[in-house]
Amino acid sequence: MSSAAITANHGVAAHGADHEHHDDGSKTLLGFWIYLMSDCLIFSGLFATFAVLGHATAGGPSGKELFDLKYVFGETMLLLISSFTFGLAMLNMHAGHRNKVIAWLFVTLLFGAGFVGMEVYEFHHLITVEHAGPDHSAFLSAYFGLVGTHGLHVTCGLIWLVLMMHMVGKFGLNDAVQRRLSCLSLFWHFLDLVWICVFSFVYLMGVL
Amino acid sequence: MSQHGHSNAHQHNAHGTLKSYTVGFVLSLVLTVLSFGCVMSGAVPQHLVVPGIVVFCVVQLLVQLVFFLHMGTAPEQRSNLSIGVFSLLIIAIVVVGSVWVMHNMNAHMMQPVIQSMSSSIG
Repeated sequence: MSSAAITANHGVAAHGADHEHHDDGSKTLLGFWIYLMSDCLIFSGLFATFAVLGHATAGGPSGKELFDLKYVFGETMLLLISSFTFGLAMLNMHAGHRNKVIAWLFVTLLFGAGFVGMEVYEFHHLITVEHAGPDHSAFLSAYFGLVGTHGLHVTCGLIWLVLMMHMVGKFGLNDAVQRRLSCLSLFWHFLDLVWICVFSFVYLMGVL
Repeated sequence: MSQHGHSNAHQHNAHGTLKSYTVGFVLSLVLTVLSFGCVMSGAVPQHLVVPGIVVFCVVQLLVQLVFFLHMGTAPEQRSNLSIGVFSLLIIAIVVVGSVWVMHNMNAHMMQPVIQSMSSSIG
């Protein structure tokens, strides 16, 4: 399917119908933006759940006892830096530097993987050492539901990053690849936005 | 020359520049440190901690929307912006509504139940 789309775009570009093609790309981005907004609604539901159940600890540990802010600060830095390096990849994409795009995407992948790794370790620590798994209290269910959903999104983003690195390597920076990279860029920055709300409302307010 | 200026302006609006990404990154960094500092340093008066976190959160969201996601009022971004604002309205209804309804339920229904349960047990 992807190779068909790429061939089709080559055809359009070769015929010089630049305006028509440009319109197509912006529609894709608009559609992806609508998807992101619906994703936003999923997260807002999870945030509302957490806000309602955040104090329902059922006699178990609360956020104040469980959360380690220095660790969360580390996770936040990894995700923030990965957002910046993705921006650098996009700048190189617009400048047409193919190898630099792959290099910056790889740096982004490393920081993103570091974030997911830290989160998996955090969950593992909570479940095995603190005995505070998602089945322990409504607070912990809401916590794992919200932070876990964000983690799954980042993991999907990492898989998409690997695919895009491969595509840039194989097809170069053609229109279809540029369009997909622009979508992934929106997705990646959007996940950083969600994480800002997570660390503010779950972790920082959780330890008060 | 004018062509060059035009393409520069277009570049800036649509994709950002190294400068805009760096400014956004530094601002985000500062705001993140401020909001963690709010809680971790203990130097902020107790009643200002929660408003501080909320303000730094909202400002950082705006900073990243502008510098990383290139949201703006340019004509080609109008539809993105209006979809975003509409989503914000729905999110506000979902979140504020849930918290409001559940808070009222807790305040008006949970307390007597617990009391009657404890009194029936005791």
